[in-house]
Amino acid sequence: MFDDLNDLYQQVILDHCKKPRNFHELPAATCSAHGNNPLCGDNYQVFARVDGDVIQEMSFTGSGCCISKASGSLLTEFAKGKTRAELEKMFDEVREMITTGKVADDVGKLAVFAGVHKYPARVKCAMLAWHAAKAALKGEGAQPVTTESEQI
Amino acid sequence: MSNSTNIDWAALRKDFPILDQQVHGKPLIYFDNAATSQKPRAVIQALVNYYEHDNANVHRGIHELSNRATTAFEAARTRTAKFINARSADEIVWTRGTSEAINLVASAWGANHLQPGDVILLTEAEHHSNIVPWQLLAQRTSAKVAYIPVTGDEGTLDLSKLDSLLTKQVKLLSLVHISNSMGVVNPVADICTRARKLGIVTLVDGAQSAGHMPVDVQAIGCDFFAFSGHKICGPTGIGVLYGRQEVLEKMPPYQGGGEMILRVGYDKTEFKPAPHRFEAGTPDISGPVGLHAAMDYLDAIGRENIWQHDQELANYAYEKLSALNNIRLFGPKSGRAGLVSFLLKDVHAHDVVMLADQGGVALRGGHHCTQPLMHKLGVESTARASFYFYNTKDEVDRFVEVVKEIQKFFAS
Ligand SMILES: Cc1ncc(COP(=O)(O)O)c(C=O)c1O
Repeated sequence: MFDDLNDLYQQVILDHCKKPRNFHELPAATCSAHGNNPLCGDNYQVFARVDGDVIQEMSFTGSGCCISKASGSLLTEFAKGKTRAELEKMFDEVREMITTGKVADDVGKLAVFAGVHKYPARVKCAMLAWHAAKAALKGEGAQPVTTESEQI
Repeated sequence: MSNSTNIDWAALRKDFPILDQQVHGKPLIYFDNAATSQKPRAVIQALVNYYEHDNANVHRGIHELSNRATTAFEAARTRTAKFINARSADEIVWTRGTSEAINLVASAWGANHLQPGDVILLTEAEHHSNIVPWQLLAQRTSAKVAYIPVTGDEGTLDLSKLDSLLTKQVKLLSLVHISNSMGVVNPVADICTRARKLGIVTLVDGAQSAGHMPVDVQAIGCDFFAFSGHKICGPTGIGVLYGRQEVLEKMPPYQGGGEMILRVGYDKTEFKPAPHRFEAGTPDISGPVGLHAAMDYLDAIGRENIWQHDQELANYAYEKLSALNNIRLFGPKSGRAGLVSFLLKDVHAHDVVMLADQGGVALRGGHHCTQPLMHKLGVESTARASFYFYNTKDEVDRFVEVVKEIQKFFAS
């Protein structure tokens, strides 16, 4: 019945929303930030342990829709072992992909989110954890971030 | 009066051109009626006729078209008075909708009736439109907002607390007639009577009731009653504030401008009496014209019949959904209005709504503008199916099949 949605709810996304990876607090975190979309009810805390320039570990906790949770899960998988600059670059590529559908060569598994651009109302779900991660790495974790406004 | 079993509901459905379409390759099942209803051809045609034949500004012109437009505009006011059994058309104020009607009361009545420490009493199940204007008023006047509690997932009011909440400080009580997220029908006549005896001004938010059941504002005994045209087969942009004459007369203007004045000088202005005092500027004219057609349409079916049909569908849907596993249902078990709110275990309401849409079913998912209530229930959101007289049992069957498919999709 849901053939058209296979684009969006790919097996990978379903799998990650049902069994999110790195879905726990990180006692040794060096930074964290809170992402909250009060209108949808997507609400996550993202943690990272950064050593020098390298993200050793990233994790998250919270609740929300399938898209937002799978996005947090795949983000934390991707982030492991990446530098801050690499994560920033991927943030831009993911945002481009989610808003326009254009898939860069090096997004790997994250390409499963390309279908989101067809559902503008869900873009904010897919971007929430990414914004929280970026805020955490920049040391801006004191302020909760939201993608409810136009700044996706 | 026709009996609901004698009504050809299938024929009525054909009056709604929009319902005859496919979305995502499936026949549309429109179950988002609590957000807005669809419009029958009679209403669309009334708007077309108005713009093709009668359009002019109201009250000012002396020419033929202006006379016609003014006559139609005021005839709609008289029709509205009859629709809710107000004593007079002078008790009917045009607004943009329920929200503006409530804001009008909060602004105009609120301007000179509250002292610091006074209480505005609401219920925990109110729509944001019946919370935020009062919070803003409370901030301006140092009054307080208090809430009649609701009980559990059923969402019914805990009226055992009412007597202790109706203190001397309470100056206004505003409550929803039918809650848009739970489908609870509140005993507004009983509550308003109790409040009125204590001199408390009462407002009933009729956004979900006016087009779905017979409404008699005199029997309810409220001072104000608010509803929106778009939810009762009328156009968007037009709404109604009923105000009991004695209360309305004493209220200062809401906004200033043309139409609402008798005489304007550089220093001072005399205002028209109610209801025109509350209608500044060129109003929505086609709105009342369309609303008039909508009221005629609904009353030709009979709102008691619509109410019976709504409830039958809601009970049927509630029963069928109750039979599923891993589902949480909200609202009362009996006496529910025409909607069902639910949550599937481990599936966010937005995912439910998105998948249902692929199955051709238009649902609403979210907090339904009742965030405090959702918070109290410990949920972020629910999915909601809300019905109107053009919906059918067959559609409910297909909807329940889609819900089962969604469960399978997320379980696999
Ligand atoms: C119970 C209730 N009150 C108020 C409103 C607000 O109506 P409107 O948006 O037409 O002003 C709604 C509509 O969603 C409602 O369901």
